[in-house]
Amino acid sequence: MEANKHDMSEQEQGSSLWADAWLRLKHNRLALGSLIFLLALVVLCILTPWLAPYGYEQQNLELGATPPSMAHWLGTDVFGRDLLTRLLYGGRVSLMVGFIATAVALLIGVLWGTVAGYLGGRVDMLMMRLVDILYAIPFIIFIILLMVVFGRSMLLLFMAIGAVEWLTMARIVRGQVQGIRQQEYIEAAIAMGLPLSRILWRHVVPNTLGPVIVYATLTIPQVMLLEAFLSFLGLGIQPPQSSWGLLISYGAESMEEYPWLLVFPGLALASTLFALNFLGDGLRDALDPRVAKD
Amino acid sequence: MLLQVDNLSVSFATRNGVQAAVKNVSYSVDKGQILGIVGESGSGKSVSCYSLLGLIPQPPGRIDSGTALFNGEDLLKLSPARQRDIRGNRIAMIFQDPMTSLNPFLSIGEQLLEPLVYHHDCSRAEARSRALQLLDEVGIVDGERKFSSFPHEFSGGMRQRVMIAMALITEPELLIADEPTTALDVTIQAQILRLIADLQSRHNIGVIFISHDLAVVNQLADHVLVMNKGEIVEAGPGERVLHKPQQAYTQTLIASTPRGAKIASGRERERDSETLVSVRSLSTSFVDYSSHAAKRVRAVNDVSFDLYRGEILGLVGESGSGKSTLGRSILRLVNVDEGTIEYDGVDLLALQGNDLMPYRQRMQMIFQDPFASLNPRMTIYDALAEPLLYHGLANRQSVQSAVLQLMDDVGLEGRFIRKYPHEFSGGQRQRIAIARALATGPEFIVTDEPVSALDVTVQKQILELLLALVAKHNLSMLFISHDLSVVRYLCDRVLVMRQASIIEAGDVENVWRDPASDYTRQLLASAPVL
Amino acid sequence: MVRFIALRLLQAIPVLFVVISATFFLVRQAPGGPFDAEKPVIPAVKRALEAKYNLDQSLWQQYLSYMGDLLQGDLGPSFKYPGWAVQDLIGSGFPVTAELGIYALLIALLIGTTAGVLAALKPNSAQDYVPMSVAMIGICMPTFLLGPLLVLVFGIWLEWLPISGWGDLPGDKILPSITLGAAYAAYVARLSRGGMLEVLSQDYIRTARAKGLPEHVVVLKHALRGGLVPVVAYLGPAFAGLLSGSFVVETIFQIPGLGRFYVQAAFNRDYTMILGTTIFLSTLIVLFNLLSDVIATWMNPRLRDGLRGGSQ
Repeated sequence: MEANKHDMSEQEQGSSLWADAWLRLKHNRLALGSLIFLLALVVLCILTPWLAPYGYEQQNLELGATPPSMAHWLGTDVFGRDLLTRLLYGGRVSLMVGFIATAVALLIGVLWGTVAGYLGGRVDMLMMRLVDILYAIPFIIFIILLMVVFGRSMLLLFMAIGAVEWLTMARIVRGQVQGIRQQEYIEAAIAMGLPLSRILWRHVVPNTLGPVIVYATLTIPQVMLLEAFLSFLGLGIQPPQSSWGLLISYGAESMEEYPWLLVFPGLALASTLFALNFLGDGLRDALDPRVAKD
Repeated sequence: MLLQVDNLSVSFATRNGVQAAVKNVSYSVDKGQILGIVGESGSGKSVSCYSLLGLIPQPPGRIDSGTALFNGEDLLKLSPARQRDIRGNRIAMIFQDPMTSLNPFLSIGEQLLEPLVYHHDCSRAEARSRALQLLDEVGIVDGERKFSSFPHEFSGGMRQRVMIAMALITEPELLIADEPTTALDVTIQAQILRLIADLQSRHNIGVIFISHDLAVVNQLADHVLVMNKGEIVEAGPGERVLHKPQQAYTQTLIASTPRGAKIASGRERERDSETLVSVRSLSTSFVDYSSHAAKRVRAVNDVSFDLYRGEILGLVGESGSGKSTLGRSILRLVNVDEGTIEYDGVDLLALQGNDLMPYRQRMQMIFQDPFASLNPRMTIYDALAEPLLYHGLANRQSVQSAVLQLMDDVGLEGRFIRKYPHEFSGGQRQRIAIARALATGPEFIVTDEPVSALDVTVQKQILELLLALVAKHNLSMLFISHDLSVVRYLCDRVLVMRQASIIEAGDVENVWRDPASDYTRQLLASAPVL
Repeated sequence: MVRFIALRLLQAIPVLFVVISATFFLVRQAPGGPFDAEKPVIPAVKRALEAKYNLDQSLWQQYLSYMGDLLQGDLGPSFKYPGWAVQDLIGSGFPVTAELGIYALLIALLIGTTAGVLAALKPNSAQDYVPMSVAMIGICMPTFLLGPLLVLVFGIWLEWLPISGWGDLPGDKILPSITLGAAYAAYVARLSRGGMLEVLSQDYIRTARAKGLPEHVVVLKHALRGGLVPVVAYLGPAFAGLLSGSFVVETIFQIPGLGRFYVQAAFNRDYTMILGTTIFLSTLIVLFNLLSDVIATWMNPRLRDGLRGGSQ
């Protein structure tokens, strides 16, 4: 019935696969809720310097660690620093690492995968063999080594994480492009005499975007986990800057006396990862052509 | 009566509400009888059989009403355990695609034994000797050695033989065959059909043969059931239904099945008109990376032929014969090893880069799969405007009306202009693809199996559209197809390809009347006729 | 098959060579040496120490002699644990880490595949939603968060289980193993659900049902092997993850395993120890990747005889 009404009112308006996917995503309450949660979180973290009632380094040694109260909604740590403030500043760092490293991975991975997949043959073999070799390198151990050797720099962290994550992205994109390359609409575009740049840009890349977006959504939580993991080991972000991993690490040290210092940062991290994963799953379902058919 | 189905109704829950797939269908099969069920896609022909055996997923499927008495026992009221007892034991099935219907992880032998081991409580040794005997019966030699082979080591025809052996191993009383030859080449199809008929009479079993192909059903079935949109349109003895149909739908179906010689299209072609495409000693190969050592496979080997202006030249061959590669070689969509392709007096293979562009505009291609040949992210407008704008055939102001004109040419309504490919049916998509090929104003078109993915009534419409467009725009066409009757219906001359070479060429009617090569004779003899 | 394994082993050699060399030079690039620590050392003593550990030679000479020793299985002496050879330290720590890893892997595989397969058999039912929601929680609960929380609840509040140590008190292996295995169980559950759903929609499953096979035969014999291919392919990366996860778990539960050594060595700038452990762990990961590839390939008859390395 609804489909009919749609047809009657906008007879000439088609609905693209994106529009269809968005419709399906809107019906997935969990994914939509996750999206709203994440958008709110991002806005909150961007506005933190103006919103936060305290500075993230602002200590109050007399106060010390206090449980949540009206003045400090999530309590304070042993230095009397406001946990909510530190959590929001930590969120800025964690989200930034997540988004930037994913963007780096996305850029390299899409370029690499598209070229390898489209050109095929020997070029493809060489390019993917390199990916295979890099894949075999145990990067987590390597990243730890890097952080130890070169000190804990944020830039290095982005680069190191981005360098790991682009490999999977390149594989996914290459697989997609290989499939698309076989499609007859690409042959039609060649037969039409379109130049390579236009074929790639107009016909190939748009059709890889679905899986790329899904994978990017699922990469962000992985990157955030990795950052938190390094920070927990004391190899990531340096204090007094904060990140969720660092806060959890401190919280774990004093959880017996001050459990809120563990619980709230943990909750923040877990719920963000939750939302990102649900959104990724929702996007996958929404973009899956097999679901689209019926 | 072996199987007596009465008032069967099945529906599926979809996003757009409950949709009836099978409506009040009744039919029966007796021992030693072959019942053919024909219909186009979505007619409910498969569901009406699958639902009897609990093979449709429930939900979303639901059996709303009906009885199905099998030797007096109602199949629809059985417990799941009892249903399993009958399924694969007393009623066996074979499916369309032998490539995907066998488990790639288990050996052929293991899969063959299973029905006996689970249904007949017999030892593996006994089952094994019975299985070997059946492999022999379905024409697989050296069964002992094939026993431990895996499905991927078999060809399509061999796999279908294994499927048949597997179905018959428990000596069922009823065999349901769902499009068992649709994925096979015509010569293999003929063998499999003969095998089914032979086994059916030898074991005196009942067979339900589901197919979209009237000619195949005509060849095999005693009784025929024509289905459309979930209902039985017509039923009766095969001879009567297929040759003296009473219902309008059956008549349309039969009229749509390409038969006989090409009907004069109102425009008699002049013989010996000028040569448009002249191919000499063309060879094309590609590297096969799928096996361990990448090896060169020659897909087109030393091929020469001429295509005359204004003619439709058929190119016939079975899968893997190299006919698609030949078509793509001419359009320079794949790299050619050696030879010459002269197009209107110019050697195409000598042209590079921008010099080729004017010829890209003059030659176009129409593809087989209407689902793969359109970019899913582009509207019809985008797809058709792209070639027009790129080749300067229209400017920003005139492009919309040019697109509408193209759509009108291929019989699409202008109001669909902003729609995306997934919103259309297969036939409509093929019309869009044809319009796209016409957009550059070509004089020569290669079509690669343009109708083989379509239902027969739609196929007929597209073929007629192609004929009309050829006449209207004075096109020349290379028509690639595996389907002999379509080629005969459409083409003036024909080339027969086998194993990368052209083995026969000539006027269609001459070739049909008096084929020069054994292979062509075999092809023609294998094609089922209505 | 032999050819395939040999080919993959050959491929592993350059990878390991690059890893070892890169690690060696990286570590030497680090600002500050092992003997520049807190309390200043007398220059003469420092020189003597450096001579003892070959640090006075050129970097290339050090590299070559290190590689020479490595080929004989000698990872050199530890800088921070005088009198200990690196391989002995690894030898004492690794069995603990390996035991922890095996328990965690068993938990991950047993719980993960069971939950995933059950969920795939009845998609979009409670049997699907409940384990998959739990799995999602598992994925979003990194070890360094789950560990402290488990300690807090079961160790401190409920006082059911010991909160640290390994093999000292009964039951002290339970919490670390669960902490380490949980996230992987969750991943395995999701992978096996996806793999099973994919396989269950294949035509050959319909064939198996049409043969009238009992449902458990359809699932266990026909579907499981194909459905678990993604899980097997995941074992390699999972193993690398388990090792790095063990760094955290060993730190939280104060377990004397290799991971804790590694993290401490990193902080102490114990070069030979970092280098030795990195090489050891990398080799292990590379070999495990190889193993999971070989199993995944062996499981698929199509690949079994047309075996080839490479990205597919």
